[in-house]
Amino acid sequence: MTLTSPLDGAGAAPLASDGRSQRLTPSADPVLEIKNLSVDYGYDDDPVHVLRQVSLTLGRGEVLGLAGESGCGKSTLAYAATRLLPPPGLITGGEVLFTDRSGVKTDLLRLNDTQLRASRWQDMAIVFQGAMNSLNPVYRIGRQIADGIRAHEPKTTQKEALERAAELLDLVGIAPDRLKSYPHQLSGGMRQRVMIAMALALDPQVLIMDEPTTALDVVMQRQIVEQIAELRDRLGFSVIFITHDVSLLIEIADRIAIMYAGEIVEDAAALDVYHRPRHPYSSALLHSFPPLRGPRRELIGIPGSPPDLSKLGHGCPFADRCEFAFDACAKVNPQLVFPNVPGDDPRRAVACLRHDPSAVRAVGEEPPPVPPELSLT
Amino acid sequence: MRFFLRRLGFYVITFWAAVTINFFIPRIMPGDPVRALIAKNQGRISTDAESALRTLFGLDKDTTLWQQYVDYWNLILHGDLGTSFTYFPTPVADVIAGAIPWTIGLVGIATIISFTVGTLIGSGIGWRRGTWADSLLPISTFFSAVPYFWLALIAITIFSVTLGWFPASGSYDRSLVPTFSWEFISSVIYYGTLPALTIVISSISGWILGMRNMMVTVSSEDYVTVAQAKGLSERTVLFGYAARNAILPQVSSFALSLGFIVGGTLIMEIVFSYQGIGYYLFTAVAAKDYPLMQGIFLVITVAVLFANIVADFVYGVLDPRTRQEG
Repeated sequence: MTLTSPLDGAGAAPLASDGRSQRLTPSADPVLEIKNLSVDYGYDDDPVHVLRQVSLTLGRGEVLGLAGESGCGKSTLAYAATRLLPPPGLITGGEVLFTDRSGVKTDLLRLNDTQLRASRWQDMAIVFQGAMNSLNPVYRIGRQIADGIRAHEPKTTQKEALERAAELLDLVGIAPDRLKSYPHQLSGGMRQRVMIAMALALDPQVLIMDEPTTALDVVMQRQIVEQIAELRDRLGFSVIFITHDVSLLIEIADRIAIMYAGEIVEDAAALDVYHRPRHPYSSALLHSFPPLRGPRRELIGIPGSPPDLSKLGHGCPFADRCEFAFDACAKVNPQLVFPNVPGDDPRRAVACLRHDPSAVRAVGEEPPPVPPELSLT
Repeated sequence: MRFFLRRLGFYVITFWAAVTINFFIPRIMPGDPVRALIAKNQGRISTDAESALRTLFGLDKDTTLWQQYVDYWNLILHGDLGTSFTYFPTPVADVIAGAIPWTIGLVGIATIISFTVGTLIGSGIGWRRGTWADSLLPISTFFSAVPYFWLALIAITIFSVTLGWFPASGSYDRSLVPTFSWEFISSVIYYGTLPALTIVISSISGWILGMRNMMVTVSSEDYVTVAQAKGLSERTVLFGYAARNAILPQVSSFALSLGFIVGGTLIMEIVFSYQGIGYYLFTAVAAKDYPLMQGIFLVITVAVLFANIVADFVYGVLDPRTRQEG
């Protein structure tokens, strides 16, 4: 058991000099706090730093969207937080604090194997990217839902577990007689629903969904997303929804965190990100797909490609592709700070030197003003 | 159920084709078996015996090829495979019936041990890849790369000649009368240990490697990660999810190797003078004993077919996807 450090008390003012550890807790009642999580790939002397000091807080009952390009570390974050990182991934630092219903905090990264097994699925369940391959092809789906239940509740009989599985299938809109089906007898959408039903089997408080709809067509995507939102309202779990599809996130998420090159660059309420992006990358992401409603806007791609994580220098990793970059961007890697726009929601944060004059002054330069594109109100 | 019936139908047709080919090939070959036999014995059989031999081979009657074919089927279905030259006048069926239990007993048990142990070791190594367990691989590969006859001869040199732990040849103590007594059975086990051991050593690496590689592939499948995420015990994840799927290709190769048990251990039976079917095939070839050869080939064909049937059924039970109707 680890208690939160006093620095994390809600209401503390965000300080530019040490933005990461003193960021405001966006929710007064966090269920999952990821703090300064770092992940390397490779065991040799020169590992690739895939996650660099990522901090993220998930409030109880909240849907947190995690967006970013391929390879930015979204899935790695999900795997690291659940300690499912396949080799050669290695968690090199940080904490993943889980708060259970009675308010006791546990650091998932410091549990031993037995405790970890007991915590998995019970506290935090995960729905993976590959809907097609997430089910064991040789077992009936009923058995696969039931074995998860029985692993955590050994007193449950197989019959009771299967009854629960039938209820769970009903919850996601699949006929209970499908319990006897094998995975290959189900469509992709049904398999993903089965995975959601399976994830809800032990009434977890956190559901991590790693691109749950990527392999599905748009109609099925919409149904699944609506179903998740509806189940969340009914059952009250919290969701970390990982996707590269920002337009989808705006529909479902309460809050969105944008990731770039293994770091979180912006963290704000969903509508704020959508209407008032503060980071040049968020702004560019939003201009790379057509808006669902409202006036049409010009579509602009993001020039260049994501940086090679093994060759990152000192400066801002986005500087090479950023239209607002200036001299200091090559020297200082920006920390998450409160945006330099008066009247913004105090709980939002952005990692951009345009919003961080004190960091620019620290390297002896005159901070340029915040461009109008990054200070929309 | 329809799946199994369809497969069965397929095998009946294959069996018919195999027997038909077995029937026609000797008849398509040029030459007269009686003349060949007399020429081979170079005057030791008098020419007067020629008509007697013709009667024995059924060549005296002027029957059509079709009639012969029907007769052949009739005889096969009654278990009559003709008369052996070398073991005259023992029928071929009796020679084979006497040899087959030895081969199936020894090689069958050795193959099952090799498969079971190899698959278990392979699952373990594949599950913990990158640890010290990987160093077992080159050792087992070395033994399978060694030519079998050489491995067997070395084993005889070390364990029979030098150390004297095991007999060098034979299948049981010839002073004993074959009965179901403990004394006889223990003698069979004692004589069989060395041949069985050499078979296991030379074949186990194939099972280890196959299973290990499949385990590595399957371990990175999403459903294994999901099983871990569900908090199932390591045992359940390993055997219920990873090994359960990794074993599927192993099962088909196992069934195929079961089929080759009957014919494929010629060298072992020659080196150890073990009185199995391979040993008889060897003597039959050396003595140009066509009826015995043909009978053994037929038995081998049937064994391979039967093993395939078993493989198909086991696979159908293990993998629901192959049971798909339609």
